[in-house]
Amino acid sequence: MTPAMRDDTDPWWDHDDPGVETVVRFDHVGLRYDLGPEVFRDITFALPTGSFHFLTGGSGAGKSSVLGLCYLALRPTRGAVTLFGHEVTRAPRSVLPRLRRRMGVVFQDFRLINHLSAMDNVALPLRVAGVGEGAIRRHVPELLAWVGLADHLDARPPTLSGGQKQRVAIARAVINRPDLLLADEPTGNVDDRIAMRLLHLFEELNKMGTTVLIATHNEQLVGRFPYPRLHLEDGRLTWHAPEAAPLAPPPAG
Amino acid sequence: MRTDLPLARDRAAVLVPVLVGIMVFLAVLAGAGALALDNVLDRWKRDVSGSLTAQVPPVPGIGEAARAATDDRVARAVAALRAQPGVAAVRALDRGELTALVEPWIGSGALLQDLPMPRLIDITLRPGAVDRVDPAAMAAALRAAVPEATLDEHRLWLARLMDLGEAIGGLALAVVLVVGAATAVAVVHATRAGLAVHRPVIEILHMIGAQDEYIARQFAGHALLQGLKGGLGGFMLAIPALAGVGLLADRIEGGLVPRVGLSPLDWAVLMLLPLGAAALAMLTARLTVLHTLARMP
Repeated sequence: MTPAMRDDTDPWWDHDDPGVETVVRFDHVGLRYDLGPEVFRDITFALPTGSFHFLTGGSGAGKSSVLGLCYLALRPTRGAVTLFGHEVTRAPRSVLPRLRRRMGVVFQDFRLINHLSAMDNVALPLRVAGVGEGAIRRHVPELLAWVGLADHLDARPPTLSGGQKQRVAIARAVINRPDLLLADEPTGNVDDRIAMRLLHLFEELNKMGTTVLIATHNEQLVGRFPYPRLHLEDGRLTWHAPEAAPLAPPPAG
Repeated sequence: MRTDLPLARDRAAVLVPVLVGIMVFLAVLAGAGALALDNVLDRWKRDVSGSLTAQVPPVPGIGEAARAATDDRVARAVAALRAQPGVAAVRALDRGELTALVEPWIGSGALLQDLPMPRLIDITLRPGAVDRVDPAAMAAALRAAVPEATLDEHRLWLARLMDLGEAIGGLALAVVLVVGAATAVAVVHATRAGLAVHRPVIEILHMIGAQDEYIARQFAGHALLQGLKGGLGGFMLAIPALAGVGLLADRIEGGLVPRVGLSPLDWAVLMLLPLGAAALAMLTARLTVLHTLARMP
């Protein structure tokens, strides 16, 4: 049974498919910032290994907070978060680097390091993981070429357009072939054509085994891909079957 | 050095090499002073610890009779001292030598011929017997022979001089320690400011999976470079200052001040100060980063 075959009335997270490991699992998770109101109070879902999900909802619905809980920038105020089979709700700081090295995150605001070149920005996850400079010089230009930035290896982020920055951010997120890719509005700054191209890039990565969760408010875009959708509204999370049939491969370019 | 953090452009860190430079300059001066003093004391100790001086006052009066009486006193004193255990040689300074000793103050002339000068007797102790000689007993024997004579025991004032030397050495060490503490405080301050300024970049590095160690290494490497830059600069500035003092000391003639100098070993010890300051800066930055990051959520 794949997630795509389930519907709202079937709480699929209650069915632990044998053999299907979950990469991310939220059990009755609630979150509030300091003494403010709860952003959400009881969210439960699971992302099976190798799955591809969209996370939708209006602005302020808490999409970024869900992603923040996934990459452990935030800790739940109630409930439990499990990553790669480890309960991490109260995991000590010391284990975070190891977990984060298995993830790629595309931030809504890119979070590139402005004084580093595109090449060095993309190389960061490899350097942090202690990969040698030889391997970095082989792989990073290759990936930047793949996202169409072969001519911008030495460019610094302030000199790049929004779309180019986004692609550098995406390249940085996927350079170490993460087990989990989290992307926050990764198509927010690009036109439709590039948005489609970037999503196809995520699809490629997903085919190689990466679990993908993409937060977006672009319902139109979501409708063009055959993947299930987690929808956040009024602090509640609902699961929706894919609306689109699998698409033909996109036109090149 | 390649860093993910633009540390070289930190305003707060710009002053660190200057501060380390000033600190190392002061520490090198203090250290050089202590080492030079130690050398001087060492030489004095070697020169005087094996010897004693007896003083025989002249018999009052001018003329041959008084001089002969004084010579007699000296002869008795010399005989008494020679009989003491541990004494290798006893030699009375002749009139020519005594005149030479006072000449720089009084000048040569007729006055000197008639001046009733105390006679000095140089006592050399047998090497190895220095610690076994009892100066009190020797002084008593001397007084028995010539009641007016006195024995100058160098060891007493030498011991006081040594105490003074050690106290000054301790002060120099305190200066080095205070300077080290000030360097550490400056580095802690600059590192904390750097952590605050670069917090967004540090957060990105954390999100990418960087360990605190990775970030600490960048700060530590940068602090080491800054420490070396400042430390070597301070050391370079101290060299002409020390050379100038050495030159002034050399200009004093007459052996009043022993030659003040530093051996190659002393210079090697002083060279450790800038290197130590750089190492201290590195270690301080590293610990500050690890300590500060550990308290981050």
